[in-house]
Amino acid sequence: MRYITPLKAAEGLGSAHEGTQHHWAMTVSAVALTVLTPLFMIVVARAIGLPHPELVAYFGRPLPALITALFVIVGMVHFIKGTRIMIDDYFHGGVRKGAIIFSVIFGWAVIACAVYALARMGLGAIVVL
Amino acid sequence: MVQLTLPKNSRMRVGKTWPKPAGAKNVRRFNIYRWDPDTGENPRIDTYFIDLDKCGPMVLDALIKIKNEIDPTLTFRRSCREGICGSCAMNIDGGNRLACIFGIDEVKGKDVNIYPLPHMPVVKDLIPDLTHFYAQHASVQPYLITETPTPDKEWRQSIEDRKKLDGLYECVMCASCSTSCPSYWWNGDRYLGPAALLHAYRWIIDSRDEATGHRLDSLEDPFKLYRCHTIMNCTNTCPKGLNPAKAIASIKHMMVDRIV
Repeated sequence: MRYITPLKAAEGLGSAHEGTQHHWAMTVSAVALTVLTPLFMIVVARAIGLPHPELVAYFGRPLPALITALFVIVGMVHFIKGTRIMIDDYFHGGVRKGAIIFSVIFGWAVIACAVYALARMGLGAIVVL
Repeated sequence: MVQLTLPKNSRMRVGKTWPKPAGAKNVRRFNIYRWDPDTGENPRIDTYFIDLDKCGPMVLDALIKIKNEIDPTLTFRRSCREGICGSCAMNIDGGNRLACIFGIDEVKGKDVNIYPLPHMPVVKDLIPDLTHFYAQHASVQPYLITETPTPDKEWRQSIEDRKKLDGLYECVMCASCSTSCPSYWWNGDRYLGPAALLHAYRWIIDSRDEATGHRLDSLEDPFKLYRCHTIMNCTNTCPKGLNPAKAIASIKHMMVDRIV
C-alpha cells in the first residue's frame, strides 16, 4: 500500500523534456532511407556475381562506397532509435536499460565493422592504383 | 516485461448458465464477465438468455433487464443512457463501446459477449477502476490558464478559433480509447493515453489559453506523449466518433515546430 494521491501517481517524475529530438531524428532518417535504400539495392545488384578482386575494386569506387556507408550508418542509427522505441514499449525496469545498452552497442558495432570494411576496400583500391 | 497472458487470478472460467425465458421466440445469448472481489474466486463468464421481443434495442437495455429480472447481483455503471455521461463504457463484441448507444443488432457475433474495459483493474463485474485514468486527465490541467487579468465581460474568441475545438470538446471521458490502446496497456502508468492527450490538445489549441508553452513542456516526454505510435485503435473505437490519434499527431507537429 502506497499512501500517495492518484494525481501524484499520474505525474510520476514529471516531464523528461525530451522525445521530440528523437521523434524528429526518426522522421529525418526514415526520409533519408527512402532514398538510400533503393540506391543501396542498385549497388548490391551490380555487385552480385563479381569475382572477389573486382568486388573489392567496385566498393573502392567513390559512389558505391559512399552509398553503402551512408546506408549502413543512417540505417543503423535508425535501427538504434527504432529499437529504443520497441524496448520502451515492451520492457520495463532493469531489463529495459540492459536492452537499450545492448541495442546501442550492437548498432554502433555494425557501423564500425561496415566502415572498417569499406575503408579497407577503398584504401586497398588506392594502393592497387 | 509486457504481459502477454492473464495472471492466474484473472483467468476466466465458465460460470452459471441462467434458464431461457419460457415461451420466448426471439432469444439472444449474452455471455457476461463476472467477478466479485469478496469471494476470492477467479472471474467467470455467466450466460443469460434475453427475449429480444421484451427488451429495448440497446445493449444497456439488456443489461438493465438482466439486473432487474434475472440476476440482481450483476454490477455495471450507467447513468444518462444517451451517450453523454460515458459511464457505461465496456467491451462489447470485441470492441469498446458505450452500452447505451450500441444496439444489440449491431453485434456481429452470434452471442453478445460483454467484458469490462480491457487491461484495467476491475472493481466488480463490468466496472473498471478508472482512478489513474482520471488522475491523468487532471494532470494535463484541463481548464483555461491565463496570466492576463480576466476581462470584464468575457474572453473573446473568433469563430475560426472556436471551430478548432470541434471534435475535441465532445469527449465524454468514457475511457474507451485509452483502454483500446496497446501502448496504454503496456505503459499506462506513464503514457497519458489518447483521452488525456486529446483533452491536452483541446487546451493547447484554445486561442484564449496562455499556457501553451507550459502545456507542451509538460507533455514533452518519451512516455507521456511519444508512446503513441498511431495505431489508431483509439479513433476506431471512439463511441463519439472523435479522432484522438489526429489530436496527438497535432501535438507532435507542434513539438517539432518548436525545434525546427
